[in-house]
Amino acid sequence: MMDLTAQLPGLNLKNPIMPASGCFGFGREYSEFYDLSKLGAIMMKAATGEERLGNKTPRVAETPSGMLNAIGLQNPGVDKIIETEVPFLANYDISLIANIAGSTIKEYEKVASAFNETDKVHALELNISCPNVKKGGIQFGTDPSMAAEVTKVVKKASNLPVYVKLSPNVSDIIAMAKAVEEAGADGLSMINTLTGMQIHLPSKKPIIANKTGGLSGAAIKPVAIRMIYEVKQHVNIPIIGMGGINTADDVLEFLLAGASAVAIGTANFRNPFICTEIIEALPEVLSKYGFQSVQDAVGKGHDIE
Amino acid sequence: MLKKVDMQIRKTNVIALDTVEMVLKSTYISQTAVPGQFLHVNVPGHTLRRPISIADVNRETETITILFKTIGSGTKKLASYLPGMKVNALGPCGKGFPIDNEVPSNVLLIGGGIGVPPLYYLGKTLAKKNINMISVLGFQTAINVFYENAFSQFSDTHIVTNDGTYGEAGFVTAVLDKIGDYDRYYACGPLPMLQAITKELDHKSGYISLEERMGCGVGACFACVIPTDDHGGYKKICRDGPVFKAQEVCL
Repeated sequence: MMDLTAQLPGLNLKNPIMPASGCFGFGREYSEFYDLSKLGAIMMKAATGEERLGNKTPRVAETPSGMLNAIGLQNPGVDKIIETEVPFLANYDISLIANIAGSTIKEYEKVASAFNETDKVHALELNISCPNVKKGGIQFGTDPSMAAEVTKVVKKASNLPVYVKLSPNVSDIIAMAKAVEEAGADGLSMINTLTGMQIHLPSKKPIIANKTGGLSGAAIKPVAIRMIYEVKQHVNIPIIGMGGINTADDVLEFLLAGASAVAIGTANFRNPFICTEIIEALPEVLSKYGFQSVQDAVGKGHDIE
Repeated sequence: MLKKVDMQIRKTNVIALDTVEMVLKSTYISQTAVPGQFLHVNVPGHTLRRPISIADVNRETETITILFKTIGSGTKKLASYLPGMKVNALGPCGKGFPIDNEVPSNVLLIGGGIGVPPLYYLGKTLAKKNINMISVLGFQTAINVFYENAFSQFSDTHIVTNDGTYGEAGFVTAVLDKIGDYDRYYACGPLPMLQAITKELDHKSGYISLEERMGCGVGACFACVIPTDDHGGYKKICRDGPVFKAQEVCL
């Protein structure tokens, strides 16, 4: 029997697979396809201090081996999420990770402390890397000192472990990772989407109403693998890996690069069952490459010195 | 309930310029789909599915007809598939046209381009309830026209082309005051058409079917939302729609 468990701060996972934030809503729609308790965890859609209505449409466009999105953090606000969405997800035997976002450090602080009011959430994912909102988000995710500052404030405000979600839209990912580790982050999640654009030939204008969007899907997997591999060598906190995972083979690749668990995003759109299918396929893939457990494979892509 | 199903292609047919009609076999979809719902179709090698409205359902042969325009690489690939091959779809997706007992006895169907297909299944269904129907179908030009005879089986059908190469010239709105009386309209087509119709027919009861670029197609990703008012209300086109009351959404 393959051991699929993964232990990370605040997260005691029966398997290392979780849907990524923003690609799974609050689970309701996918609960009609399968029992969410099969998952290791769920990363909820981002919560902000107040309700956000998001960007104009079109908000998505397909690209070669991927897609662009600019939803704009549409969500009903943290209070409503705690009141109506968290209790629904608490019915399932899974770890819950709340993704928190804001335009100001004060808003991050407010959202982080709001989640202290519920005992159903097991960790926070600090979203300092959303490329699709005008203010906040990505500024905090591209400047190491600002990233460290918001991490410190959130750590102080929250009684939950904090995973900082890193943006790939930086020239020095290691500096970002080290800055948030020093600021007290309990873990990292990486990577968020890469900023991109696609122009619609008939209209000669960008397809996405926001003009730019975040690139996700298989196209960004090599970027994610490279960044996780590099960061793993410089930090001592665990990494939740994400970026273009479509198969159990991809999951193993992330584990080898240094991720302790993984999130699956865009692939849910094409196949609503993707998370469960990967959970079922993972033991055979691990065993095929000589691993006895998930834990056994973590970081094995690195040279042992 | 939405399911993920493999559907075998029974027939494909190019019925107008860049317009493919595909007949697919699925017991589940054929028994459950109502007019106005759509299939979210997988095209191997592509990241996102394609939302394609259901044009017809035959419960006896357990087949579903869809029509799509071959615009991008995904729909071109789909068009190249041969009978016997399988297509994977999520469906039936969304909420369709209300076809309860309150449908008035005289209705108008207004379709524009690739918005025409869902009205065919609606019209066929309403015909079984002995509803009198007028259809106004708009296309760009003569070689885009399809389903004129099909709609004529159950309705007084008017064809409009933008350039006047077939039927009346102009937009569908050009003929709205020349047709008979009706108590409700059902419309599907490009956004400018729906904007013009809902404005011109704001005194009438109406239902419109919207299209938008979609992500998940099941209501989780918030890609295809539409505002319902000026203060934050919204609906998801894929899940709450694609059919809405004309006054329910802000176009």
